[in-house]
Amino acid sequence: MNTAGSATNPMLLHDSFIELSARERARSLFDPGTFRELLGPFDRLESPWLPLQGIVCQADDGVVIARGTIGGAPAVVAAIESAFQGGSIGEVAGSKIAAALELALADCERGHVVRPVVLFETGGVRLQEANLGLAVIAEIQAAIVALRAHVPVVGVIAGMVGCFGGMSLAAALCSYLVMTKQGRLGMNGPEVIEQEAGIDELDASDRRHVWQLIGGEQRARTGFADALVDDATDAVSAAVREMFARGVRAEHRSEQVDGYLAKLAAVDPGTVTPEAMRAIFGTRSNGGAA
Amino acid sequence: MSDTTTTRGARWLKALAGESSGAAPVWWADAPLGDDIARFIAVVPDASNRFPRARDNVVGLEQGWRLAQAVRGAIAEDAARTEPHARRPIVAIVDVKSQAYGYREEMLGIHLACAAAVDAYASARLAGHPVIALIVGPAMSGAFLAHGYQANRIVALDAPGTLVHAMGKEAAARVTRRSVDELDALGETIVPMSYSMTSFAKLGLLDQLIDGVDADAPDDAQTERVRAVLAEMVRDARADTTRDLSRRLRNDAAQRTRAASIEVRRRLAEQWNGA
Repeated sequence: MNTAGSATNPMLLHDSFIELSARERARSLFDPGTFRELLGPFDRLESPWLPLQGIVCQADDGVVIARGTIGGAPAVVAAIESAFQGGSIGEVAGSKIAAALELALADCERGHVVRPVVLFETGGVRLQEANLGLAVIAEIQAAIVALRAHVPVVGVIAGMVGCFGGMSLAAALCSYLVMTKQGRLGMNGPEVIEQEAGIDELDASDRRHVWQLIGGEQRARTGFADALVDDATDAVSAAVREMFARGVRAEHRSEQVDGYLAKLAAVDPGTVTPEAMRAIFGTRSNGGAA
Repeated sequence: MSDTTTTRGARWLKALAGESSGAAPVWWADAPLGDDIARFIAVVPDASNRFPRARDNVVGLEQGWRLAQAVRGAIAEDAARTEPHARRPIVAIVDVKSQAYGYREEMLGIHLACAAAVDAYASARLAGHPVIALIVGPAMSGAFLAHGYQANRIVALDAPGTLVHAMGKEAAARVTRRSVDELDALGETIVPMSYSMTSFAKLGLLDQLIDGVDADAPDDAQTERVRAVLAEMVRDARADTTRDLSRRLRNDAAQRTRAASIEVRRRLAEQWNGA
């Protein structure tokens, strides 16, 4: 697996993952020729709430659900399309992800293991569908917690939107997370923090600082992500397969309460920096499973 | 900043469960509820918290992990018990203004801290604990996801100041480029955008709206009424054969307002195994 330190310019790669649409990202993860989209654009399951506000719908509501095989095993991929409403989660978009995970769970409970992958590219709740966005995110989270006891739930945060809001909690609940350097994972976006807490707290325009805090490299080096990969379809694909090969996690990150409380206690909030955090939270090797 | 002694979360925890067994910012206590001993949990202000952006009744790093600790403590203590109703009820008293907004919070993984609380509540529900959310104040966004939204049953006081929403009104107005008045007007026709508790009840997510209770200063009779509702929800949850959240889509309100959520599930199930 590729680790931190690659200086490859992603713009020069022929097979950038980030530049792909959600549909093509999903396709690239499956074994060749096995991609089959469910609830595609021709099903026209659109947001019932956006037209009431004069906003043009998209026929897939910005989420692609596809089945096929990954590493020869039945799989389902839920891919969020950042080009539609910033990847925001409305009722239909979120319900598609929740329903896919719930169906995978039902199959697993019957002994038919389905490998689930979620491609996160989202700012969180779609504010035009506010409370239903929040509700479906709670349903996605519930499904991940139930499903990951049967099969690893693998999340990918490639960029360039990143993964924020309630969906960052969903990502944190996944068994394993694959990130690129360009990916960002945080609960509150930098702009939100600047707005809520002031520019002295965080200057959202300081991109280098933002990536030092919540970028893929830092997340992998501090154990919040399990693999850091280059922006290349084969690299993402290989990392996803490696995560499934690791199997169901004995103890998920979000279950490690005493361990993380101890790490937090070791932090001095007055002086902590990304480097200081690495010393306390850092993992043994390339962000591997604890 | 709110004084610990005056927030609703703190008052309701004391009224329902007495003195906390844990220190701020997460109070918890085990206390009688019907025939059970239930664990009550609230997020309260912590004026001297080490993280300056998390000193109010918000969910920050320590709040998220300590909520998980309080919930998992109950799960662990009951895990080996075998008598009927051995899994104690867990009551999340919800009065959370927001998640904590700060660069330290992001760097140190507030997303994971909040996920830990989500995980703990969901795991309690899956293990057979009746998990009840009692909304006595704001239940905002990521803070509500972490503290309450994984519950088997959700009830709320129908009182000024209780609300569920994805973003505060002023911030939502800025982000969607609307005025607060426009946002209020939209909420009257677009149910999920409303800031009122009665509109939230139309989404099928709320099991009971409790009226006639003073959320800030309940008298003994009002406290007993709330306790009776909680006990009823515990019985109801125990009688339910499902431990997932599917019930939220199986009620009349959801049939009307969440038709799209239901249709997505129906059609995805049809297409799941191919032609």
